[in-house]
Amino acid sequence: MKSKTPAAQEAMAGYLFLTPNLIGFLVFFVFPVLGSLWVSFNDWNLLTPPAFIGAKNYQTLLTDNLFWQTLWNTFYFSVCSVPLSIGLSLVLAIFLNQKIHGINFFRAAFFLPTICSVVSIALIWQWLFDFQTGLINHVLSFIKLGPFPWINSPAWAMPSVIMVAVWRNIGLNMVIFLAGLQGVPAEMYEAAKIDGANAWKMFWNVTWPMVSPTTFFVTVTSMINSFQVFDVTTVMTNGGPANATNTLVMLIYQHAFQFFRMGYASGIAYILFGIVLILTIVQTVSSKRWVHY
Amino acid sequence: MAVKTVTPAGYDARQQLARLRKIIAYLVLGIGSMIMILPFIWAVGASLKTYSEIFTNPYSLFPKRWMFGNYLQVFKVVPFHLYFLNTLKITFFSVLGTLITCAVAAYSFARLRFPGREQIFMAYLATLMVPRQVTLIPTFILMKWLGLLDNHLSLILPGMFSAYGTFLLRQFFLTIPHELEEAAIIDGCGFFRRFSLIIIPLAKPALATLAIFTMMNQWNDFLYPMVFLNSEQNRTLTLGLSIFRGDVDVQWNLLMTAATLSLVPVVAAFLSAQRFFVEGIAMTGLKG
Repeated sequence: MKSKTPAAQEAMAGYLFLTPNLIGFLVFFVFPVLGSLWVSFNDWNLLTPPAFIGAKNYQTLLTDNLFWQTLWNTFYFSVCSVPLSIGLSLVLAIFLNQKIHGINFFRAAFFLPTICSVVSIALIWQWLFDFQTGLINHVLSFIKLGPFPWINSPAWAMPSVIMVAVWRNIGLNMVIFLAGLQGVPAEMYEAAKIDGANAWKMFWNVTWPMVSPTTFFVTVTSMINSFQVFDVTTVMTNGGPANATNTLVMLIYQHAFQFFRMGYASGIAYILFGIVLILTIVQTVSSKRWVHY
Repeated sequence: MAVKTVTPAGYDARQQLARLRKIIAYLVLGIGSMIMILPFIWAVGASLKTYSEIFTNPYSLFPKRWMFGNYLQVFKVVPFHLYFLNTLKITFFSVLGTLITCAVAAYSFARLRFPGREQIFMAYLATLMVPRQVTLIPTFILMKWLGLLDNHLSLILPGMFSAYGTFLLRQFFLTIPHELEEAAIIDGCGFFRRFSLIIIPLAKPALATLAIFTMMNQWNDFLYPMVFLNSEQNRTLTLGLSIFRGDVDVQWNLLMTAATLSLVPVVAAFLSAQRFFVEGIAMTGLKG
């Protein structure tokens, strides 16, 4: 070591420091990502050797009604939950970005659902939504409106799940918005005030452009997360009733670990990856129109 | 636009408007935070009732008969203490492993020059976009080959590395001034001593943030334990809870007891480190 040049020594140290993480990265990211692609071109139940079948898994998927339904459900979930959660959390962040007593209490309250496991939360909401014993239906019956079927009805199961997901994600997005709002210089508001701007104009001309990078960030991450919805639907409805809340990730799980169709499940996983990739690219490209850095 | 003169009357009106705005803010935040908290409060209330009282006395938070025994009963129905210990073990080793591997790799990416550094880093960044379901099936096959299925190592080993954590720490390390290290170089410190004596102490907030994220993710994970674990003595909390729901024919009071119990450690950790949680989220922007 001592006889080597400083640059070579630094490179050696660099590789040495990187090694533990790089091994994990190769074994648990690179190998699985490529492996998944390879598996998706095979018919494999793990008991007999894999059989290469080309793009047949993908062809079968095109004619699989359940796949199309779960794809639709996943879009339905994302298209509703992402804008709702972002809109509500922005409004709350604006209210929280004032000098207000009890700010720590409010932050903690809004953030509480975000830290709790989705499984526990889904259990609590499953009870609240329960047809016979659930509190929500008790209240509805009391005011002569219920009982309402909520998660037992194919039409209302997904909206119920979306409500719970939005409820859970508001806190996280709110805190990110709050950080964005606190980065807006106070002089900008003062300048707008001198120009005689009302609250709406101030929001539209100052706040909105200034938090647009935050909005963009929150939109992309929320979208990526929402396409991976699994825990809340599995626990609350188990995909039902009549597959009304079955999602892409649940379908991956079912095919891989209940029917042992590893190739088919990997195909769905890759389609999910493709969708996330395309949406992220589309959002990044379109963001040039509305994000101001 | 006409120049506004501040008359006493106009000043009054503006003050009233500000007061009105504050009242609206309290109303919105008050109602909003109640919607966030009430489900938890009702879950605790239900956890202290008898099964029949959940139905006959649904509105009252306070039970007619306090069934504190529910909290012992849960441990008799399912081995809850085992679930706790398993989750604790997996979370602890994942956090420890992630902090070590990510910190040294981030130091390497941020501070050391070597051929291929930028390319490897770009590869790390690219994987941040890959949904983890894509890696699930090959990881399962790998664990099967290694004979690690139904073994906590199958969750701990992948949990010890994080491309996201490496990225997060690298960003933070880049903000530490180089002059600090230069002084240490003159004193004859090698790479490892500079890393452990200068960078690590300064990076405590970033390390704590990464620890919190890793902890939250591992403690609450559901999909991976569901796939990799199957015997009862190996179950994690989330897995145990979901199976408990399927086992008993919905004893809502006991289920709410179990759900409440599983939340206690996370909520306690959150309340004691609240400032940090919130700032950490704001600083890093996202989970996972």
